[in-house]
Amino acid sequence: MTSLAILEPDENVLNRRDNVIRGLRDLLPADCVVADEDGRRAFETDALTAYKQMPLAAVLPNTTEQVSRVLKYCKANGIKVIPRGAGTSLCGGALPSEDSIVLGVSKMNRVLDIDFKNRTAQVQTGITNIDISNAVSPDGFFYAPDPSSQLACTLAGNLAMNSGGAHCLKYGVTTNNVLGLKIVLIDGEIIEIGGPELDASGFDLLGLIIGSEGQFGVVTEATVRILRSAEGARPMLMGFDSSEAAGACVAAIIGSGIIPVAIEFMDKPAIHVCESFAKAGYPLDVEALLIIEVEGSEDEIEGLLDQISEIAKPFKPQGIKVSQSAAESAAIWLGRKSAFGAIGRISDYYCMDGTIPLGKLPEVLVEISNICERYKLKVANIFHAGDGNLHPLILYNANDPSEVERAEKCGGEVLELCVKAGGCLTGEHGVGVEKRELMLAQFSKVDLEQQMRIKTMFDPDWLLNPAKVFPLELRAS
Amino acid sequence: MSDLISPKSEEELAAAIAEASAAQTPVEIYGAGSKRTVGRPLQTASSISTERLKGITLYEPNELVLSARAGTPLIEIEKALAKNDQELAFEPLDLGPMLGGGEGRGTIGAVFATNLSGSRRIQVGAARDHFIGMHAVNGRGELFKSGGRVMKNVTGYDLCRGLAGSWGTLAVMSEVTMKVLPKAQATRTLLFVGLTDEVAVDAMCSALGTPFEVSGAVHLHGDFARELIDTDILRRTAPVTAFRLENFEASVGYRVDRLAESLTAFGKVVELDGAASADFWRGMRTLKFLHESQDPVWRISTAPTNGARVVTELSKRLECQAAYDWSGGLIWLQTTPSADAGASEVRRVLSELGGHATLIRADTALRSSVDVFHPMSSGVAVLSAKLKQSFDPVGILNPGRMYPGF
Repeated sequence: MTSLAILEPDENVLNRRDNVIRGLRDLLPADCVVADEDGRRAFETDALTAYKQMPLAAVLPNTTEQVSRVLKYCKANGIKVIPRGAGTSLCGGALPSEDSIVLGVSKMNRVLDIDFKNRTAQVQTGITNIDISNAVSPDGFFYAPDPSSQLACTLAGNLAMNSGGAHCLKYGVTTNNVLGLKIVLIDGEIIEIGGPELDASGFDLLGLIIGSEGQFGVVTEATVRILRSAEGARPMLMGFDSSEAAGACVAAIIGSGIIPVAIEFMDKPAIHVCESFAKAGYPLDVEALLIIEVEGSEDEIEGLLDQISEIAKPFKPQGIKVSQSAAESAAIWLGRKSAFGAIGRISDYYCMDGTIPLGKLPEVLVEISNICERYKLKVANIFHAGDGNLHPLILYNANDPSEVERAEKCGGEVLELCVKAGGCLTGEHGVGVEKRELMLAQFSKVDLEQQMRIKTMFDPDWLLNPAKVFPLELRAS
Repeated sequence: MSDLISPKSEEELAAAIAEASAAQTPVEIYGAGSKRTVGRPLQTASSISTERLKGITLYEPNELVLSARAGTPLIEIEKALAKNDQELAFEPLDLGPMLGGGEGRGTIGAVFATNLSGSRRIQVGAARDHFIGMHAVNGRGELFKSGGRVMKNVTGYDLCRGLAGSWGTLAVMSEVTMKVLPKAQATRTLLFVGLTDEVAVDAMCSALGTPFEVSGAVHLHGDFARELIDTDILRRTAPVTAFRLENFEASVGYRVDRLAESLTAFGKVVELDGAASADFWRGMRTLKFLHESQDPVWRISTAPTNGARVVTELSKRLECQAAYDWSGGLIWLQTTPSADAGASEVRRVLSELGGHATLIRADTALRSSVDVFHPMSSGVAVLSAKLKQSFDPVGILNPGRMYPGF
């Protein structure tokens, strides 16, 4: 995937590189500035690996004050800054440019305070998503958003992208689970917004900052909600002989008033790859598979799963399997959560992230396979069915330039299809560089100009993570 | 009297605002006007009401989504949802009756523009958390959209949340899309009578730390409690602490027993029966305990465990009665009238203990002389002023309603 235009780096900045590095070294302890080639190599890309750009330097501050000093320096010297969490962005959200520095928050990864009575945790944003839950799980609590990359991804990245996960059907995404944050603006000013209260006063700046893809400032601390874990949780599997039947079954379950904690859908190609990887007992002779998880006490779980099985009957489910043990539940989820990795073992893939109205699933899947066929590419589909978030994985060979180009074009068409069906370009991965040029498929120029005015208000010189989110042509105008 | 414009389409709305923008004429923006007396008084020559932008434009019960034009009455939306046993889970507050108006007059646009959520906020989130898409007109008279009709959407900035709670000062919503949820099959309410504020907050925080999904945790001073409970449970003027559990019939029975077990340290539990339980939570949604009086009312938001201390500190200097919602984190405080309705005390105590306060009910003179919304830190104030500028550069939409100057 290399067809996106990369902005020409600013020669003037490139020529000042030594100067800039000296400047940064004056501001930070020696081990916080990465300037050598091997060290910088680690920051040249993220999980959208087709794009690579070597930054001028990377800085890894230890404190909010150090972040403030760096941003102030960069603003004064016109240096672009690419904020970075763990670099797991699938949309190039942390891709640097040659005339930028990368600012990584990974060293700021501490839990600052846990308040079980108020059900909040105050953390530095370099903490990994899973470590927030790990810090509170001994007391029976958890942090709800659970992106598949949760072992590696940081809260900082989750805040930037407003990340979701398989369980957000019940518990919401990042923005629904954060109460306060500390942000450093491009001029170095440190601002606290919200706090332990359940609502912040004044304008909802918190809501604007979350999901702004690192373009408004660098968030160094956050107060997140922690929730008491359910007494238990158990998934069940159901196979169907068509995606229509599986989609209609999901609609019937939700229509009945049951909101499972997760409803995941896989099509046949995805089932086969995941089963060979995780040995979770997925049925192999079906066209579509649902993983449905419910929570509660043992009796409640039993009752809900019985009800769901009853609701599913008219859709002729096959190979129903209710997990009987923690080990079986773990295997079922391992298959789903490692789907991307499992598919990565057999092929390069381009992971799309559109959202569609549930009712449009069958026709969208048919159209996706038509599009992929036209580009002579294979596709496997994984779908957070409860909330309509569709991940078509387009398989291609990264060593074949023509296939790379076809995969990218194919992906673009798939996302445009999602928008036409009443959905959107990205449900949880973000726009980044990857979908920047597609934004006009979903938004009008006026829509985007209103958004860009807010970017300009936070960052008048467009130094923070520029060349992301908005079509370049629109920026130029 | 100011001129009133009631556009019938979003194009007409955009045209009216474009005209006001060109003429640099400030306009008051409202829906049905049920919360018009909240905020600093406005002095505008004209008003725009969204009341004629009416109608549900999309409702897919199986996808948990509904869209409606901004002026659609909330009750109309609730009726449509009820036909499918669904609801707006965040229980939008109805401030109408406490502000001297009727019940059920508000519009759906205003629900999101004011972001006022009811007791279930502790479990399901606030109005803002259910607000997934919109069409709106900015202060330039430009119609723009954000979000959409799907639950998960991170395409572009989150302007829906940006406008939530902005009281019509940034842009005027013309159509809103929201997440809806199934109504619970069964609701049960447990009461403790006579707990002190401090012990009640402790009980509420303990209850929310259980896995039983408590969907309401409130504590009311005696006089307030009697407005909501019409039984002989309250022979005395004792305070009442109430917990709500909602779920499928079988689950709720089990959960009530387990919750009561876990709270035995707090004394004897009484249960409100079905009708009384429904009345109680309906009363919380309209703040029934504030209907009779015209005295000033503050809405205070703080960390739940701070709630009792905030009220104790304020009670030393002010004559006041309190109702705690959100496990102690939201306080409705009614004070006797005074020169500043207790503003200086409220601000002082919150600057020490943390939190913020909004003067929800007060006469016009008072609302002109004290800060109605909580004063901002200098950093937040600068950002807020710039945000206003980015949506409404000429400053014509509800100017000064939230903060002086913008």
